[in-house]
Amino acid sequence: MKGRRTAAALVWMGLLALAVWVLARARYSADLSAFLPEAPSGAQRLLVEQLKQGVASRLIIVAIQGADEKTRTQLSQAMAARLRADPEFLAVENGDAAAARRDEAFLFAHRYALSDTVTPRRFSVAGLKEAIGNTIDALASPTGALTKDLVPSDPTGEMTTLLDQLSSNQPPRAENGVWVSRDDKRALLLVRTRAAGSDTDGQQHAVEAIQAAFRAASGPGSTPRGAQLVMSGPGVFAVEARANIKSQVTRLSIISSVLIIALLLLVYRSVAALLLGLVPVVSGALAGIAAVALGFGVVQGVTLGFGVTLIGEGVDYSIYLFVQSASGTDWRRSVWPTIRLGMLTSICGFAVLLASSFPGLAQLGMYSLTGVLAAGLATRFVLPELLPHDFRIRDLTPIGRRAARLREAASAGPIVIALIAVCAAVVLGLYRQRLWSHDLSALSPVPAAAQTLDAQLRADLGAPDVRYLVVISAPDQQSALEGAEHVGAELDGLADSGVISGYQSPAQYLPSLATQRRRQESLPPPGILRTRLAQALSDLPLREDRLAPFLHDVEVARTAPPLESTSLDGTSFAALAGSLLVRDDDGWRALIPLEAPVSQGQTRDIDMERVRRAVSVGAPDDVTVLNLKDQVDAMYSSYLAGAVRLSLAGFAAIVVLLLITLRRPSRVLRVVLPLALAVLTVAAALRLLGSPLTLLHVVGMLLIVAVGSNYALFFDERFSASAAGGAGSGNGAAATATSELTLASLLVANCATVVAFGVLALSSVPVLHDLGETVAPGAFLALIYAALLSRGPHSKA
Amino acid sequence: MRIFTLILLFTSTVCLAAQPGFTVSQLMSLLAQRKQGEVKFAETDYLQVLDRPVKSSGVLLYEAPDHLEKRTLEPRKESMILDGDQLTVQRGHRTHRIQVSAYPQAAPYVDAIRDTLAGNEAGLEKVFQVGFTGTRAAWKLELVPLDKDAARKVKRVEIDGGADVIHTIEILQADGDRSVMTLAAPSPQ
Repeated sequence: MKGRRTAAALVWMGLLALAVWVLARARYSADLSAFLPEAPSGAQRLLVEQLKQGVASRLIIVAIQGADEKTRTQLSQAMAARLRADPEFLAVENGDAAAARRDEAFLFAHRYALSDTVTPRRFSVAGLKEAIGNTIDALASPTGALTKDLVPSDPTGEMTTLLDQLSSNQPPRAENGVWVSRDDKRALLLVRTRAAGSDTDGQQHAVEAIQAAFRAASGPGSTPRGAQLVMSGPGVFAVEARANIKSQVTRLSIISSVLIIALLLLVYRSVAALLLGLVPVVSGALAGIAAVALGFGVVQGVTLGFGVTLIGEGVDYSIYLFVQSASGTDWRRSVWPTIRLGMLTSICGFAVLLASSFPGLAQLGMYSLTGVLAAGLATRFVLPELLPHDFRIRDLTPIGRRAARLREAASAGPIVIALIAVCAAVVLGLYRQRLWSHDLSALSPVPAAAQTLDAQLRADLGAPDVRYLVVISAPDQQSALEGAEHVGAELDGLADSGVISGYQSPAQYLPSLATQRRRQESLPPPGILRTRLAQALSDLPLREDRLAPFLHDVEVARTAPPLESTSLDGTSFAALAGSLLVRDDDGWRALIPLEAPVSQGQTRDIDMERVRRAVSVGAPDDVTVLNLKDQVDAMYSSYLAGAVRLSLAGFAAIVVLLLITLRRPSRVLRVVLPLALAVLTVAAALRLLGSPLTLLHVVGMLLIVAVGSNYALFFDERFSASAAGGAGSGNGAAATATSELTLASLLVANCATVVAFGVLALSSVPVLHDLGETVAPGAFLALIYAALLSRGPHSKA
Repeated sequence: MRIFTLILLFTSTVCLAAQPGFTVSQLMSLLAQRKQGEVKFAETDYLQVLDRPVKSSGVLLYEAPDHLEKRTLEPRKESMILDGDQLTVQRGHRTHRIQVSAYPQAAPYVDAIRDTLAGNEAGLEKVFQVGFTGTRAAWKLELVPLDKDAARKVKRVEIDGGADVIHTIEILQADGDRSVMTLAAPSPQ
């Protein structure tokens, strides 16, 4: 006996040490990827890629507010200068006039390579005559004053065409050479990071570099005259969310641990019992995290957050053991089978989560499954061996007796429950169209206030969300650019007919080599150009000798080497082209963000079907049209539907398991009915009191069933035992005592569970909050319903 | 700076296009009674880069308090509309929108238009040095920008008129280019 004891303890300690070793080597992540599906297909994969490392994911909007205008201007300039020197940033824009001049100089110098009006026809006699005639006409129009200086070097108006082709978006408002918000209260900077949005460490460095630049710009001492730094952007959100998840998980774990330890001390009145009671919990938690680390390679922060829920489940087992073994019966025969069945039903419920394509949920499933199993096994094989022979805890029979009397008194219970259930069903029926949230942002760990700030800063900058996107995939850079040019030609048509107001394409700044060659070949050599120009100008009021700069520039452009990605360096187009033309494992992608049309000051939606039809005409490459918002919502809806299906499957698995073990359908019904009603009540209450239900609410409902089944099984066990006992041996008093103890242990276990999940409901991280607010009341109701609905013959005995 | 020039030239024109009268203050009080107006214009631009002047024509429209429009119809359509804070240029099927307040230097000129249309003489004097010569039958208003940056672009604006009718508006730019705009009689109210 002694040897077996030592052996069990040794094996257990060995396993724990192994788990700790795995834990120490595991990678932990608290970024948002837990909420992005793992292996979506087609457009969704592109979407996830965009969310993780696309153009928009690298954008940080920096605002300086407070203090006076002069201070803000100085801070903006000093910060921009410092950040531009930092290789972590691809681009830093703050409305600085020098940068705008550099960009314009680049466009002007390369106008013949960039303008799509450069064709052989344009440089024929007729083409020159028409283009120069147009330029002269334009001089007479209100905007003529803007272009007259350009006439000698650009009589065909390529620069004007080029500026028209680039964006129709107006730049943010500039004041003293820095961008300011419309209300003049903030100075604005736009920063593009080298790190992708999903690279949370890289984003954290970027955020810290911006903060350091702000401090350095502010000079020694604290911030001057009350200036404040505000930042927004996907990367900033990721960094904040990570910090938030980290601190919350830590805090919540501490709070629930303290509360449960206090609860157990109150019940056991013994430190030894408390420490022993934590054996299954600790075993389960360590085993769970180790399993996740081994199975997924990386442990998500939220998984640790969910982990506090296991405290509830793990403590339950030791409570059953202590309380029941206090009654002197052989608990292995009297209680263990019920615990085992409860454990198996929990495992059934958690196992289906493994199939979820949300990594966060799959990890929750793996963690809980392994944790429950480990806690159960520790309770069965390790804990009894560790108990001292004279182990006793406080007699809980009085608590049980009081609870039992309450239960007896609640004779109207079943009727009340039936009424509640009917009301709940009516509520759910009324809300059936608006029951579920189909918006992924419901799960976003980014607080609403931060989302509002982001929208405000974007509006200030005139930088709309990248919502509509055409993506061209090609095996190499040149084919991607050629594809972008092809799509661009179709989009020009859509812009003319007002379907879109404009677009950005990498080919606007970096045309394909083929196109550049074609344009160069359109430019005639000097002798021919001079002859054609003389003819073209014959009846125009412009003399050829004024156009010497034009002849010079055309010859330079005709013989210049083609533009490459590096030619853009030093302009803000480098970052833009870099983010619109990206290389990945499969080759190259050209991204073309579309601008929504504006009518009467209102931004309208883009008719994506027309865009799709237009860009797929003779498309040489793989072209995808994405509406990011719709895609995200559709993706979320499909995952929601998936979660509902998974939960139903889990429920079905539990029912099948019960049918196999309990054999009689009436017993299964008695176990399942209170759980189903608890779920019904909680769902109706959540919808009635709160917002539409999310994915995590669904998972929470599955957990109500998984956890609540323990209670229902115990009541069923007592019910069956007392029914059998009442008919047979007549050992009524002993049965009553055991039943009262069961009730007491269930109460304590339930308290622990409600506390653990209730603490989770305090979290501001939506996934944790949603789960907590579902399971805490659900578990409580499951116990009450199971208690009241299993009255029957026992209560009459 | 280019946008500034654009706004400056535009406002100098429209500001007075609809303003008949023979003393500045009388002009202004007459003007305040008008809520809207429409005149045809013919403009000749003398540009040094070109051998011959270029001609254009169209209509000027205004509607109190702050809608102004120069609609060029010939030789090609282009319209420039100032509506409150928003300056819109329509050329071909492209539309460019500019918030005037984004160009603080231009704001006084837009304010001057609003003031003038509201019959507030002081508004003009905030941005121009105003010279008024001649008689009721033939008068001349001369405006010289006070702001240094503006003066680097626009040297002088001269408006000729008789009684409450403006005949011509001439803008002399600092680089020697000039434009002369002849207005038809205002259409009946």
